[in-house]
Amino acid sequence: MDIATAHAQPKTRVALTINGHRHDLEIHPWVTLLDLLRGPSLQLSGTKKGCDHGQCGACTVLIDGERINSCLKLAVTLDGTNVTTIEGLGTPDDMHPVQKAFVEHDAYQCGYCTPGQVCSAVALLREGHGRSREEIREMMSGNLCRCGAYTNIADAIQDVMDQEVKVGMREAAE
Amino acid sequence: MLNEKNVFGSPLPRIDGPLKVTGTAPYAAEYHDPGMLFGHAFYATVASGRIASIDTSKAEAYPGVVKVYTHKNRPALASSDDAWKDEVALPGHPFRPLENDRILYDGQPIALVIAETFEAARDAADLIRVDYAADAPHTDIEVEQAKSYVPPEPRKEDFLPTDPRGDAEAAYDAAPFKIDAEYVQEGEHHNPMELFGTSVIRSEDGTLTVYDKTQGSQNSHDLVCGVFGLKPEQVRVVNAYVGGAFGSGLRPKHQLIFAVMASLDLKRSVRVEMSRREMFYLTWRPATVQRMQVAADADGRLMSVRHHAVQATSLYEDYQENVVNWSGLTYKCDNVRLSYELAKTTMSTPGDMRAPGAATGFLALESAIDELAYEVGMDPLELRGKNFVTYDQNDDLQLTSKALDLCYREGAERFGWDKRSHEPGSMRDGQDLVGWGVATGVWEATLSPAEAKVRLFPDGKITVSAAASDIGTGTYTILAQIAAQNLGQTIDRVSVLIGDSSLPKTAVEGGSWTAASSGSAVQAGCLEIKKTLLSLAQKMDNSPLKGAAVEDLAIRDNRLVLDRNDQLGLAIADILGSNEMSSVEGHGKVEPDQEQAKKYISYTHSAVFVEVRIDAELGVPRVTRVVSAIAAGKIINPKTARSQILGGVVMGLGMALHEEGMIDHRTGRIMNHNLAEYHVPAHADIHDIDVIFVEEEDDKASPIGVKGLGEIGIVGVGAAVANAIFHATGTRHRHFPITIDKIMEGLPGQ
Repeated sequence: MDIATAHAQPKTRVALTINGHRHDLEIHPWVTLLDLLRGPSLQLSGTKKGCDHGQCGACTVLIDGERINSCLKLAVTLDGTNVTTIEGLGTPDDMHPVQKAFVEHDAYQCGYCTPGQVCSAVALLREGHGRSREEIREMMSGNLCRCGAYTNIADAIQDVMDQEVKVGMREAAE
Repeated sequence: MLNEKNVFGSPLPRIDGPLKVTGTAPYAAEYHDPGMLFGHAFYATVASGRIASIDTSKAEAYPGVVKVYTHKNRPALASSDDAWKDEVALPGHPFRPLENDRILYDGQPIALVIAETFEAARDAADLIRVDYAADAPHTDIEVEQAKSYVPPEPRKEDFLPTDPRGDAEAAYDAAPFKIDAEYVQEGEHHNPMELFGTSVIRSEDGTLTVYDKTQGSQNSHDLVCGVFGLKPEQVRVVNAYVGGAFGSGLRPKHQLIFAVMASLDLKRSVRVEMSRREMFYLTWRPATVQRMQVAADADGRLMSVRHHAVQATSLYEDYQENVVNWSGLTYKCDNVRLSYELAKTTMSTPGDMRAPGAATGFLALESAIDELAYEVGMDPLELRGKNFVTYDQNDDLQLTSKALDLCYREGAERFGWDKRSHEPGSMRDGQDLVGWGVATGVWEATLSPAEAKVRLFPDGKITVSAAASDIGTGTYTILAQIAAQNLGQTIDRVSVLIGDSSLPKTAVEGGSWTAASSGSAVQAGCLEIKKTLLSLAQKMDNSPLKGAAVEDLAIRDNRLVLDRNDQLGLAIADILGSNEMSSVEGHGKVEPDQEQAKKYISYTHSAVFVEVRIDAELGVPRVTRVVSAIAAGKIINPKTARSQILGGVVMGLGMALHEEGMIDHRTGRIMNHNLAEYHVPAHADIHDIDVIFVEEEDDKASPIGVKGLGEIGIVGVGAAVANAIFHATGTRHRHFPITIDKIMEGLPGQ
């Protein structure tokens, strides 16, 4: 199929639930989830483009709770899935505990890798990983931060982890 | 009542934090407009030569493509060098995209595709076909240095090597202990996480709002006006949030020219965003070869320092750094000769990257000092202390402050330096070869001209505005703190507007000068407000402030009061109300004090201590501990200040161990133009980093006592790592980065 014919084909219908809202979309098969999110129709530009090659992690989102690089997923392959982006985790007035911990620990500087770091950290905690400092470092290594906020990011994640452990212990005791 | 000390010097979280962590802070390529077009550049795949022919027909026929620009159909733009010279331009001829058929470097943009969608522009660009008449590339600094030259036009007078003093040759020959060594550093790439991008939003009246990734909105604004012949009021440039830059955004990049050009030509809103690959072709920390000749007497006193550096530049501009002058002022030495030359390469023009010049120069100086300490048989920290100097010997100027001795002492204590055993290879721990290294760092503390407007409302709300930028440095937050401190409010009362070319004039954000400069301008604006309020108050009937001077005043609980007796005063609402004013504004301006500069010069200082653990069989290095002790005057916000140092240290670790633009010198092309093969430090590379800010009072470096922190954190880190690797393995590495293959070759028993 040549390019003109490919473009003449009808777009593909896809239903995605993004941050709890269902979107019925018609998209070309070559559009990545990242470009779909950031594009003119959805304008969810909290998800960042840092490399477009799955090498930096800035575009990390959660698909059915699992963290993935949205630049490596073609949107048409995600029919029926639940996508959570940074906008779905919290807002400036109502932040997710991980987002709060990032602010408290200054776990960012320029802020560009931050949404990806936060999404990755939320998934890490849900996976039950990150029990030690080494494990946090290892399992967050898909998210690059050129400003070098790594130690503060690890502090923030550890802080949330410790709070969750405390809550868990309290609940177990009750 | 508010305690003013709670604002200044308090580790407050960033005021822009909630926006950043929730993804709601907008960056340059995230502004939308219905009907916006998208641009994608196509770049050269040879390093030198000419375009023999270029065929864009298939790209033009691609569905959704609006126009393809090349040197054959580019709209006419300004032609003079002057029009293309931005605020921080270099000697030479600035690059103009699509000017002609000449190829000056690998990755040079040679076409621009504009399409209705991003995907169409990107995919169509792949259909462009080019035939080149290629010339031989010249990219290897170790080869090209044979044709090095003294730059005929200095970038800055300060960058010229300082005049020789004493007799460095004779002193070297006569000294009992000496080191003569060459250090090579490969080129590095800034790689901020945000891709360079520009969104041009065109209004119906044809004026342009340009959202640009830049370290200076007014720099981009003025360049656009000059290149496109636009009036200042026809263009507004916004850089409210900048996703890192580290110097790469000091000079406007070609995507800005492309986006504005297409918008004006097609009368549409246009966005052009680069790919990660293009980020390797913009600018870089230049590859450098340095020769150090240092000598000492038996007590470790420096007898002679000679430092010669050759750095790569491009065919079209003479980029220059201050690499060598640090070697004449870091330690006491009466016999010094410094020299600096450039070598032309077929690469893009290098540019400032975090601590430009110093990060490079200290790599050689602080390695050589360590080598000398071992030659003398003295502890490397002790040798540094022995050569402590209290004035700037290069310029014969006094220092505004220098608490480097505290950095050595407090850093060593925190690190546990006294437990170090001197002999290389003597601190093995099981499978790990352990090494401890130290280095000194210095960076200039400067003030650049800056303005800021501060407005105070009767209810205590404050707005601060300036064309300053926050590239992750914390500018928003510290400007709010300074205004709150000076006007007796809490930080939540302050709104900060920056990153907009229409706001009060500010230089590009770089050189670590923003906090000192814009911060002092905000303080000056606050002082103007107090003066205005006082003169209004004194005109009021029965004013309790009659006869008071502005120095006697404070603002507490929204009242202008006498500092020593705050029962005496007037409510700001009453002062403004009686003059029918709804707010009061102060316009602060600062510039360097030329009189003071005749006598004083100002630097920040650091001592960085590093522990390296190297797997004895595999050669894998891990930097397990870093202590960075910093003397940088007053710290406005210890939280964001610490982050600046952490960032510098992390980038320094990349410089020491990982980062190099790998060039195939046969083709002159960068081979690792992506984040998988150009390794920037990742989470797993970074262990414990401890930052200490030592006490340092300075009433001259800037009106607010601040010296700046953006650069100093990286200076010395590379050498400290190299010194630690020597201490661990007994092998001295002089070719940076010190990658695993090099370490393996130098392991004991290899």
